Amino acid sequence: MTLVNPVVLAPAARAIQMLGGDLTETSLRLHLEGLSGVDAVGLEERAAALGTRSIKTASKAWALDKIIELIDLTTLEGADTPGKVRSLVAKAMTPDPGDMTTPRVAAVCVYGDMVPYAVDALGAAHSRGTGNGINIAAVATAFPSGRASLRVKLADTADAVAAGADEIDMVIDRGAFLSGRYGQVFDDIVAVKEACRRENGTYAHLKVILETGELNTYDNVRRASWLAILAGGDFIKTSTGKVAPAATLPVTLLMLQVVRDWHHLTGERIGVKPAGGIRTSKDAIKYLVTVAETAGEEWLTPSLFRFGASSLLNDVLLQRQKIRTGHYSGPDYVTVD
Amino acid sequence: MSRLAVPKTYKLYIGGKFPRSESGRTYEVATAKGAFLANAAKASRKDARDAVVAARAAVAGWTGATGYNRGQVLYRIAELLEGRHAQFAGEIASSEGISLAAAAREVDAAIDVWVWYAGWADKYVQVAGNGNPVSGPYFNLSTPEPTGVVAIVAPQASSLLGLVSVIAPAVVTGNTVVVVASETAPLSAISLAEVLATSDVPGGVINILTGSPAEIAPWLASHADVNALDLAGAERLDWVDLQISAADTLKRVLTPVTGVPAPSLDRIVAFTETKTVWHTKSLI
Repeated sequence: MTLVNPVVLAPAARAIQMLGGDLTETSLRLHLEGLSGVDAVGLEERAAALGTRSIKTASKAWALDKIIELIDLTTLEGADTPGKVRSLVAKAMTPDPGDMTTPRVAAVCVYGDMVPYAVDALGAAHSRGTGNGINIAAVATAFPSGRASLRVKLADTADAVAAGADEIDMVIDRGAFLSGRYGQVFDDIVAVKEACRRENGTYAHLKVILETGELNTYDNVRRASWLAILAGGDFIKTSTGKVAPAATLPVTLLMLQVVRDWHHLTGERIGVKPAGGIRTSKDAIKYLVTVAETAGEEWLTPSLFRFGASSLLNDVLLQRQKIRTGHYSGPDYVTVD
Repeated sequence: MSRLAVPKTYKLYIGGKFPRSESGRTYEVATAKGAFLANAAKASRKDARDAVVAARAAVAGWTGATGYNRGQVLYRIAELLEGRHAQFAGEIASSEGISLAAAAREVDAAIDVWVWYAGWADKYVQVAGNGNPVSGPYFNLSTPEPTGVVAIVAPQASSLLGLVSVIAPAVVTGNTVVVVASETAPLSAISLAEVLATSDVPGGVINILTGSPAEIAPWLASHADVNALDLAGAERLDWVDLQISAADTLKRVLTPVTGVPAPSLDRIVAFTETKTVWHTKSLI
């Protein structure tokens, strides 16, 4: 697994290149509100059609391994303990102790204060920015609501990066976005990106959570995706997993379209991470199909696509066991989360 | 004026719902004389898998209910069966080719068996459990507990009495079941599902599949999340192979029975596991 190093540019550089030097709230609004509207019916039809592809056994076996390689194995509970994080890391390193050919997951995703325990538990398996091993993703910026002052959000981020997080999952201020204060959301993302800078000048990967369940319309999702990319996000992520609906196929398809358009426009590849509500292999395979047919198969790599999930992994392992042994397996044969 | 016949298209009963087969397949059910009677869903291995998932999800709630409560719920089903007596008798008469009077006696017998088993819900533990003599200041108690998910191949000839005689002993203790109904005469099974859907039995406790037992049973026998296998109606299948694949995951297995299994406490206890606990006497 390789992580494409984020382009070392001043965080607002993308927006300046795209919108010109006189970057103001007005120019940002004109750009975002000038994006064409989303054909909701067409989008949902397309997503539904992508969900009906017939996947044959050999492709399914490939897809199951690919899904595991793309998982951000997540625990984001108020009741998390160091012990819970250690068992999560153990599972990330050896998803199925009965079958050592099982690939490892891309990353573990924890709260910022749990990062040191994850670093400790991963030991030599930690990628530490080498692109080889398991990453640690930390949610920051007053996750999941994002309701805190910018100072607190930046401290939260810097803290997690200093503790060893390779990736930061930030939430946008949905209140500001929905009231049309795009400039504020933009500045927040730029500032958080700056806080992701390590001492050696490299940046932790920044995933921007749009929380699409609170954005109400597909048009808003498209605008927020553009905004997050313009402000310097390396990944756009659907949801925190704490709001229903979390990730849906149409929303992910829409975000993939934005990412594809950005790539056509600039040649730069942005990642997408659907998170929350993807529990079965069947659902996850639909996402893989959507990625391959929208952004392209080169997006099916951990540096460009992730699943934010916890229970998905067990279902994938059960399916893997079914393919290997020829009979259905059960929850007694995978670890309890 | 003659009326247009309205033949039914039956579906499966999984997790308290009536889905079509995932495979989209159906087969024609005929009377004993070969006339068309209805269409029934032909379950696939994936329907069996879904049914096991539903049954597993229902285990905690059903096992957790008190024996007294389970008895009440099961007894209520007997009441509903009584209310649909004529419908069941008609279906049995047409699909098994026996007289209406004989079919009515079958229904009576099925209801009696159901009531008999329902009565055991809050009694089997006392009869099958034990206080064990030990040489120490302890109570030592062995109690039977439900084993979990039971997969059943129902008797193929007796469509209602046979079905009831295998479902009731498994669910009375708190197990949940996935039952493959009689292939040639599935109507009683689906009418029973309609009874269950309007009763107090939680969805997923009893799941009924129609179709070919020869096709579905091997998947249930080898399924790692099934705890026990009742092969009552598998006489004509390659049941030794089923037993062998069930052994891979240490399932409890009951071997085929000719005709209808007689009501017995043994069938109840067959799908339980004995838990033995020690408890100190020192507080007395």
